[in-house]
Amino acid sequence: MAAGLDPAQGLGGSAAGGRRRIGGALWRRPWLKGLSLLAPPIVFFVGVYIAAVVALFVYAFWTVDPFTSLTVHTWTGENFRELWHGATYHDVALRTILIAAAVTLTDAIIAFPFAYYMARLATPRMRAVLFVLVLLPLWASYLARVYAWQLILNQDGLLNWLTAKLGLPPANLIYTNTAMWLVFSYIWLPFMILPVYAGLERIPHSYIEASRDLGAKGSRTLRSVILPLALPGVVAGSIFTFSLTLGDYITPSLVGGPSSQFIGNVVYDSVNGAGNLPFGAAFAVVPVLIMGVYLVIARRLGAFDAL
Amino acid sequence: MTKRMWALIAMLAVAAAFPAAGASRQSGGTLKMVAWEGYLEPLWVKPFEQQSGCTIQAKYAGSSDEMVTLMRSGGGNQYDMVSASGDASLRLIYGKDVQPVDVSKIPNFKQLNPAFRSPPNNTVGGKHYGVSLQWGPNILLYNTTKVKPAPTSWSSIYSPKYKGKITVPDNPIQIADAALYLMKTKASLGIKDPYELNSTQFNAAIALLKQQKPLIKRYWPSGGQEVNDFKNGNVWLGAAWPYQLSLLRAAKAPVKDVIPREGATGWLDTWMVSAHTKNLDCAYKWLNYISSAKAQAQQATNYGETPVNAKACPIMNKLSPGSCAVYHANAPLAYFKQIHFWKTPIADCGNGKKDCMDYTKWQQAWTQLKG
Repeated sequence: MAAGLDPAQGLGGSAAGGRRRIGGALWRRPWLKGLSLLAPPIVFFVGVYIAAVVALFVYAFWTVDPFTSLTVHTWTGENFRELWHGATYHDVALRTILIAAAVTLTDAIIAFPFAYYMARLATPRMRAVLFVLVLLPLWASYLARVYAWQLILNQDGLLNWLTAKLGLPPANLIYTNTAMWLVFSYIWLPFMILPVYAGLERIPHSYIEASRDLGAKGSRTLRSVILPLALPGVVAGSIFTFSLTLGDYITPSLVGGPSSQFIGNVVYDSVNGAGNLPFGAAFAVVPVLIMGVYLVIARRLGAFDAL
Repeated sequence: MTKRMWALIAMLAVAAAFPAAGASRQSGGTLKMVAWEGYLEPLWVKPFEQQSGCTIQAKYAGSSDEMVTLMRSGGGNQYDMVSASGDASLRLIYGKDVQPVDVSKIPNFKQLNPAFRSPPNNTVGGKHYGVSLQWGPNILLYNTTKVKPAPTSWSSIYSPKYKGKITVPDNPIQIADAALYLMKTKASLGIKDPYELNSTQFNAAIALLKQQKPLIKRYWPSGGQEVNDFKNGNVWLGAAWPYQLSLLRAAKAPVKDVIPREGATGWLDTWMVSAHTKNLDCAYKWLNYISSAKAQAQQATNYGETPVNAKACPIMNKLSPGSCAVYHANAPLAYFKQIHFWKTPIADCGNGKKDCMDYTKWQQAWTQLKG
């Protein structure tokens, strides 16, 4: 902090001559300009973000004395051994991954036609309205939106009121994995629509005209031109929906049922309940690894070209 | 512009420093307390602060496990006191996180109901580690329009009749409820105390809970969530606290409670003092104040639990007519006997073999049960 303030004070307190001298120095050495722009974010990134991730990895190799709850600073793979052999943790990890994948797929299917309409068919005015509509839910608290879903899915809630009006049997959705899938798909949808929109918008209109000139029908153009070119956008969006679902623990605890624990819930219970930060840290490494693999695949598919 | 900006930053810094300066002016010191939500309400905290000159800072915890973790955080010097339930208190005592208190310095101690002066969950080897506060049973709560006939046994939450409409707390100590049911229905297991289980008895309790799991709508994470589930028809019956009952009654929901014929588990909370506190004076003042009949009655009627001060009853009835009887504050000793108060399961259950399942095992089994 103090180191960060000093140059600013120097700038503020000095006369115009001093300022010109600094300006000259920056002009003569362009790398200095880049460095001074990047220094604060780099300090933050390394000092706060990377440090926290490193601490996570280090903690994962420690243990907690069950009697005193104090951390034992001895290197051991005990936590990982327990994760490897514990069938419960396999189930929890698998459930987390499968639901994250289902949510991603659902969002991709819903987002694509929506984004296509926004990018290629809507008038500029309509497009602005749709943008606001997509972003509007993000203005409300995440928690409030999950609670709103509780109100919809409750036994005496909106959904069952509707099914009763239609003469259908009540849907027993609250506190099930289906409810989690539904709520996650809703919550993360904007994070899929926007990258897909960006991907679709970048496709030059001339490509589509060329496809038509060569005699391709609409479906062939979609399959052979639009989809391949939009894929990086879809993959970029999937990084958001997949990783956000993977790390969540609030939605499972509010709309999940008796068998709906996510990795995040087990981490929360080990840290807040059992006071076992090392075990929580070890389990938290799992989603990091999963995302690592996911990002490598996403890179292969060209997701980062769309950024 | 830069000068104005620095002036602004300086002003912000001064503003940020002020509340701290205000707090340190207090002569009596500040008690940082880990408590259940609803245990440090202004109604009885404000008068204490005025009388004693001590300030109270509340940190609310959601579970006994979280309380133990908080009391141990930062080497145990973060908090001065804790309103520990019986499933946390022994862990804190054996972990040397709390210190013995001299009850002769607490005049109101003599007013406590004798049954709660030296309960095994806060008194070890004749030493009092804190003063009992309030207690309550874990009741069987049910929706009177849906559950007919009215249940009289815990078997109703283990049988498929109300499949998908049952709720129990998301808490490892719930294993004791299963053990209590087995203690009364399966004598061959030889369970004497639902908190002292050898591996055979423990496995039988877990097997019962596994069999119950498909019947469960939800393991409730907080009292407020259970109240919502009863209101919205998501669940019809389940294990609950009198707190939920009073909230649901206030909302005119059709619910009733019963202590089933097998008896019930219950909690007894204790104000304990951190072994590392620097505010012992204030801590003793608080222990005496919160044991007084008036403060006890206020907390009891406000939260929905039972005071341990034997003289609190008339004040309770003044605050809320009939509340003394509702919360069994004047119940005979036979009533307490059917309640098995929470205590931390430890390996040593007094038979010299140390073959009981300790709380870590309970936690692991609970995580695996939820899966």
